[in-house]
Amino acid sequence: MQLTGSQILFKILKEENVDTIFGYPGGSVMDIYDELFRQNIKHILVRHEQGAVHAADGYARVSGKVGVCLVTSGPGATNTVTGLANAYMDSIPLVVFTGQVQTWLIGNDAFQEVDITGITRPCTKHNFLVRRIEDVATTIKEAFRIARSGRPGPVLVDLPKDVIQTRIDEAELKYSISLPDKPVIPNAKRCAKALDLLKKAQKPVIISGGGVLLGRASEELRSFARVLNIPVTSTLMGLGTFPASDPLWLGMLGMHGTYYANMAVSYSDLLIAVGVRFDDRVTSNVEAFAPHAQIIHIDIDPASIDKIVKSHLSIVGDCKPALQWFNKEITSGRLSLPAEQIKSWRQQIRQWKEKFPLAYCRSKKIKPQCVIETLWKITNGEAIITTEVGQNQMWTAQFYRFDRPNTFISSGGLGTMGFGLPAAIGAQVACPGKLVVDIAGDGSIQMNIQELATAVQYNIPVKVVILNNNFLGMVRQWQELFFDKRYSHTDMSHAPDFVKLAEAYGATGFRASAPDEVETVLKKGLHTRGPVMMDFEVEPEECVYPMVKSGDPLTEMSLGDSNIVA
Amino acid sequence: MEVRENIISILVNNKPDVLARIAGTFSGRGFNIESISANVMMNPAITKIIITTRGNKQTVTKMEKQLHKLVDVLQVDDLTDVDSACGEMILIRIKLTEENKGKVMKAINTYNWRVVSMDPSSCIVEVTGDKELIDDALALLAPLGMDDFTRTGCIVLKRCKS
Ligand SMILES: Cc1ncc(C[n+]2csc(CCOP(=O)(O)OP(=O)(O)O)c2C)c(N)n1
Repeated sequence: MQLTGSQILFKILKEENVDTIFGYPGGSVMDIYDELFRQNIKHILVRHEQGAVHAADGYARVSGKVGVCLVTSGPGATNTVTGLANAYMDSIPLVVFTGQVQTWLIGNDAFQEVDITGITRPCTKHNFLVRRIEDVATTIKEAFRIARSGRPGPVLVDLPKDVIQTRIDEAELKYSISLPDKPVIPNAKRCAKALDLLKKAQKPVIISGGGVLLGRASEELRSFARVLNIPVTSTLMGLGTFPASDPLWLGMLGMHGTYYANMAVSYSDLLIAVGVRFDDRVTSNVEAFAPHAQIIHIDIDPASIDKIVKSHLSIVGDCKPALQWFNKEITSGRLSLPAEQIKSWRQQIRQWKEKFPLAYCRSKKIKPQCVIETLWKITNGEAIITTEVGQNQMWTAQFYRFDRPNTFISSGGLGTMGFGLPAAIGAQVACPGKLVVDIAGDGSIQMNIQELATAVQYNIPVKVVILNNNFLGMVRQWQELFFDKRYSHTDMSHAPDFVKLAEAYGATGFRASAPDEVETVLKKGLHTRGPVMMDFEVEPEECVYPMVKSGDPLTEMSLGDSNIVA
Repeated sequence: MEVRENIISILVNNKPDVLARIAGTFSGRGFNIESISANVMMNPAITKIIITTRGNKQTVTKMEKQLHKLVDVLQVDDLTDVDSACGEMILIRIKLTEENKGKVMKAINTYNWRVVSMDPSSCIVEVTGDKELIDDALALLAPLGMDDFTRTGCIVLKRCKS
């Protein structure tokens, strides 16, 4: 039997257990879309290719599978760049298929030709331009393997139109079935060295990062921390790896981290950093970061080790087997931390927690933090939450208490406004039975608002909570604090009526203008079928605290008025 | 930490875009490539690339780790402090006149340089050796009517430990 390139594509997608594609058609992928018409695979037609990539990204984060996109050449391909860069920074496994002009036209500035492999080289884990029908199967297989292996990441496969159209005898179709990747087992000798450091620790702290989610090691991390009674903080990407309801939880670390997490790290004598890469939003001033601590750094990517913070002991490998190794040492009695040894440290942390808990003042206006806190309460902390970028994202990280892995979906490394709505759509597609909420700012939501049409078309019942402050809030906050309140171009008051806009798209809209409406509107919104957009008119000039000014030591936090307990 | 010249030897899959990936990794991480040479190995699917770059040991180590992450990079060796043979080649073209001819010929004979092309009005001299030797040859010939030159940049080969 003869197979076209398109048919081979779908054959391999099936073998890779792909059941959903996010995409947008165009000239160079018409043959693929024609084949798709006959195939039994779910395709979500987005309204912008950036939305497709973010949706696939959200899908991948929630399901643990590789997210897949299909877009046309030229502008379709360039529209994926932000999505790819976003997934690359957060190490999310994606395979993005782009159409390309016919091989004989490549290099001729043909209609809708762009050198997309050239453009995306620095923002993909790898990319391919497939020039021969014989290579289609192997390349796609390889793309999936690369996307999910080691430190995951996005892979782009550029498919010229003629390659897709060509037929090949199925018998000639030779490709190896790639084996599932084996985890990278860390070196036991190095782990053993960590034992000595651990046993001596008097002020230990664990920093858990996105790598713990990617390595599916939350269970192991929880048991490790709990048995040894080590307090845990996490990066933004690591939220959910350790339950926020656990007394050992310190909250998030870094620029908008909690007072006690930043203090604990700054006074700790042993940091166990698992699956983190020490982003500058986490370390702030690297020289002043954890000045008293020995650092054990566990990570899958050797390039992350000593890239920013010099570790005293590095363990390269999957964090799951690494933590399993330590947990085994604990069960066999070779590793323990006597309660007495860390008693005063735990006391100290308790004091810090009592001194400056996360808090905010109430006022006549709706407080954005209150919206998130109420959402957390009425969802029992069980929703999947995506965020946009800015204050909304930081308040979510602070006030929604994540107990489970893969329930906080946010653009960490790139900070991409417009991520939240399409990511929520992807997450909802991966988990149809779950409640998925995008917590948004009035600025960010307008960056990919068109995806509301996608949600309505497929009845993807995502709920959007807009913390509408009529500003590009986070930028305004910096202007207030560091630019003498010169609010240069951060006024967003020329916005659409979001309730009417929701209705125009065929979704449902609600608005809350006063504090006493928050709970009712949230409940109404969450219980309404289908996609819902809720517009909360919040205090326009509220700031996120605590805040460490970029480049200051973590101990130099400005606490604003957040120390006034609600 | 001391900034110095570093020599990195990289084995890669012989593919059209691999050089762009390597160059992009250097520029994207703020490094400059001082010299580069590439050759296909006995197995034509593999290319060896020798790059010299300035930086301190710590930053160059980070660079090597980043190179390692590229899918088509098979092996990265930092040969800066490794016992290895190292050489470059330069071709220098000199315009010959009545005045300089004698001096040029004398230099060629003194240093035993190979003359690869010669006609009445110009000649091309080939010099191979280490960096210093080439620098010296350049310094000597530049004022003697040097017209143009091409220099390979450094290539290295690790010595076998016996
Ligand atoms: C695509 C993009 N453009 C610009 C920025 C810079 N930026 C960071 S936060 C922010 C303001 C976000 O405003 P809004 O969505 O209203 O959220 P708020 O901070 O008010 O919660 C901006 C402009 C960004 N992160 N992403």
